[in-house]
Amino acid sequence: MKTTVQVCDPASSPGQAAGTMPQSFNCWLPKNLPLHLTRNKLQMNILELHHLKKYFATQKAVDDISFDIEQGNIFGLLGPNGAGKTTLLRMITGIFYPDEGEVILDGKKFDPVADIIKIGYMPEERGLYKKMKIGDQATYLAQLKGLSKNDAIQKIKFWFERLEMQSWWNKKVEDLSKGMSQKLQFVTTVLHEPKLIILDEPFSGLDPVNANLIKDEIYGLAQRGSTIIFSTHRMEQVEEICDRIVLVNLGKKILDGTVQQVKNDFKENKFSIQLNGVPATIDSSLFEVIEQQANKLTVKINEGVKSNDILKYFIDQQINIEGFNEILPSLNNIFIRLVEGTKSTTRQFQKI
Amino acid sequence: MSKISLIIQREYLSRVRSRSFILTTFLTPLLFVALIFGAAYLSYKGKTQIKVAVVDENGFFKDRLKGDDDLQFYFPENIDTSNYLSKGYSALLTITKLNTSKQQTFYVRSQKAIGVDASQSIEGKIDDVVEDNMLQQSGIMRSRLDSIHKNSHIAKIVSLEENEGAAKESNQLLASVVGYVCGTLIYLVLLIYGMMVLRGVMEEKTNRIAEVIVSSVKPFELMMGKIVGIGAVGLTQFIMWIILIIVLFTGAQAFIPHDTMQQVQALQQHNSMMQGNAPQVSQGAQFIFNAQHTLNTANWTLIICCFIFYFLGGYLFYASLFAAVGCVTEDVQSSQSLTLPITMPVIFSFIIGTNAVQVPDSSLAIWASIIPFSSPIVMMSRIAYGVPGTVPYWQLISSIVALITGFLFTTWLAGKIYRTGILMYGKKTSWKEMWKWAFRRS
Repeated sequence: MKTTVQVCDPASSPGQAAGTMPQSFNCWLPKNLPLHLTRNKLQMNILELHHLKKYFATQKAVDDISFDIEQGNIFGLLGPNGAGKTTLLRMITGIFYPDEGEVILDGKKFDPVADIIKIGYMPEERGLYKKMKIGDQATYLAQLKGLSKNDAIQKIKFWFERLEMQSWWNKKVEDLSKGMSQKLQFVTTVLHEPKLIILDEPFSGLDPVNANLIKDEIYGLAQRGSTIIFSTHRMEQVEEICDRIVLVNLGKKILDGTVQQVKNDFKENKFSIQLNGVPATIDSSLFEVIEQQANKLTVKINEGVKSNDILKYFIDQQINIEGFNEILPSLNNIFIRLVEGTKSTTRQFQKI
Repeated sequence: MSKISLIIQREYLSRVRSRSFILTTFLTPLLFVALIFGAAYLSYKGKTQIKVAVVDENGFFKDRLKGDDDLQFYFPENIDTSNYLSKGYSALLTITKLNTSKQQTFYVRSQKAIGVDASQSIEGKIDDVVEDNMLQQSGIMRSRLDSIHKNSHIAKIVSLEENEGAAKESNQLLASVVGYVCGTLIYLVLLIYGMMVLRGVMEEKTNRIAEVIVSSVKPFELMMGKIVGIGAVGLTQFIMWIILIIVLFTGAQAFIPHDTMQQVQALQQHNSMMQGNAPQVSQGAQFIFNAQHTLNTANWTLIICCFIFYFLGGYLFYASLFAAVGCVTEDVQSSQSLTLPITMPVIFSFIIGTNAVQVPDSSLAIWASIIPFSSPIVMMSRIAYGVPGTVPYWQLISSIVALITGFLFTTWLAGKIYRTGILMYGKKTSWKEMWKWAFRRS
């Protein structure tokens, strides 16, 4: 985990009392707080959704979804097209009011007017004013968030320098390539360093170099205490970036957990074994060979058998084991397995 | 600074600073003037003199048929239909033997038919000669008749309207001109700035910036910011035009000779005393005095205040409807079928307005000037006739109240449609659906 929770945790840096912590860690702790209390405070949830519901005329877009997000997490919100992700995000950002349920942001009931400054939202359907100068545009969007003009300009200059965009200030958006305007859009989303950053498909249209640049910024923001909700279809990115995921389908939550935990839950007890020589016949009640490539075996072990039993089996046969590791399912496979067959890809309209 | 004022500021500045705004603001009055002068110049320049050869079977037309700049009459010998063109004439008029006191038809032959103006002019000139001839036969001197005519044209009507005991001079012609101009301006404002709002909203939707913005401000604030910002652009443009016109007029006055202006002042003094003989003045001074006097009969403060109110009220009423259409469409083509129900009432009220200028107290004009759909245009075409003369106070007040209620209602309605529509993509929306969005719960 690469979060402030650990960095700020007094338990992991015993020499440092809460009151003397460096300022850069955004810790808002009162001095001399008992350790157990600080710990609880630090692990508080930035966002809690309680039984959110949003019904449209012909669809239950979001049908009773609840989950919590810890501060400093990078959180993946996954789901097929039309699962209700965008509606959910719009409720979190205050664009829609939920029909039922409540959103708790930073320990308090979410207030769509006052809490705007705490949120940065980059929607999937995003754009900029084409005829407006880039510097003016970024200032305008930051002012709409509630920053003062001077603050806004200062922060924009900081971010433009950081992402090497200084020369863009007086250009117009119509002069930018798709990737460039994507970068600008990212900057306008995060420049007020909100506590909660919501990115819907942030890498679409970016080349690998720029995608890595943005990815590093996302890590950096998380380290500085921001929480990031990341909505995408690209499972390899989720696996790489996210600490925790929630999968929604047909307006309901169907999966919730850390990436590792989810993978473990869906493991099929498959192992890959690299041997220096394969015996002519493998006959064991412990496992089945699914695939064999030269000296490499892919096996599925039977119920109740431990991985050491398999190692023992080969060791007993005097065969040298060169490699042995468990094969965990990819998120992609888990996603497909869960979503396929639910007819969610052709979601039907229904009467409510 | 509050967010809505930020939006208004952006909408306003981005338009006012644009090149097209500066060009239209400064060029439109110039273009207008150029158009008037150009049209006058072309109609003057475009006329070519018609040389008419006359075959006169009566014998007394020669020398008495007077030509002018456009028509020249010739009485050559041996002219007929076969040779008039080769002899250099453009038309041949045959005046057959006159039968007394009977309508008679004469024929003008030419290569291409002569215009209405020319044929009317020829008719008049022949009639003059015939009249002349008849006068002579009955022994009346032409010059004597002319002097009688001149001295007998003395009647001039000034209409006065009852105004709380005191009669006030009114001027029908001026009122109808002011009414017509104001009605037309409001009509143009509603369509031009309404369409500007529609395009602005549509731009935000097709640019996909709408969702970015509504994550920071309420959709209603975004819509109102746009409407108010564009309204301010329109107001700015009008104020600039008024200033430009005043500057042009004062500039033009500088070209009037000094003594003419003094004579105008003398006339003004004379008029205010209303006694003695009019001072001897030149025609120019008389003209300027008459123009100023006519302009002074109108209640300009009332007209300008009402103009600004109906300008803003009508704009707010229709702009929010245009915004509602803009937020459900992503291209101009599909917006056209949806804007039709909005532009139709505007066009209808313009037609009623042109009618109300002629008959300002017909019941159609009265009702149309109270109903908010048409009141901005129709009331403005009536108001110059005078309050409370032609337009009683109760009509003006109920019209104002109805318009304010009207635009509060359309703004509320559009706000509800806007909130849903601005975030919908790739879906064609009908009026029926928009109606549902507007009136559903929550």
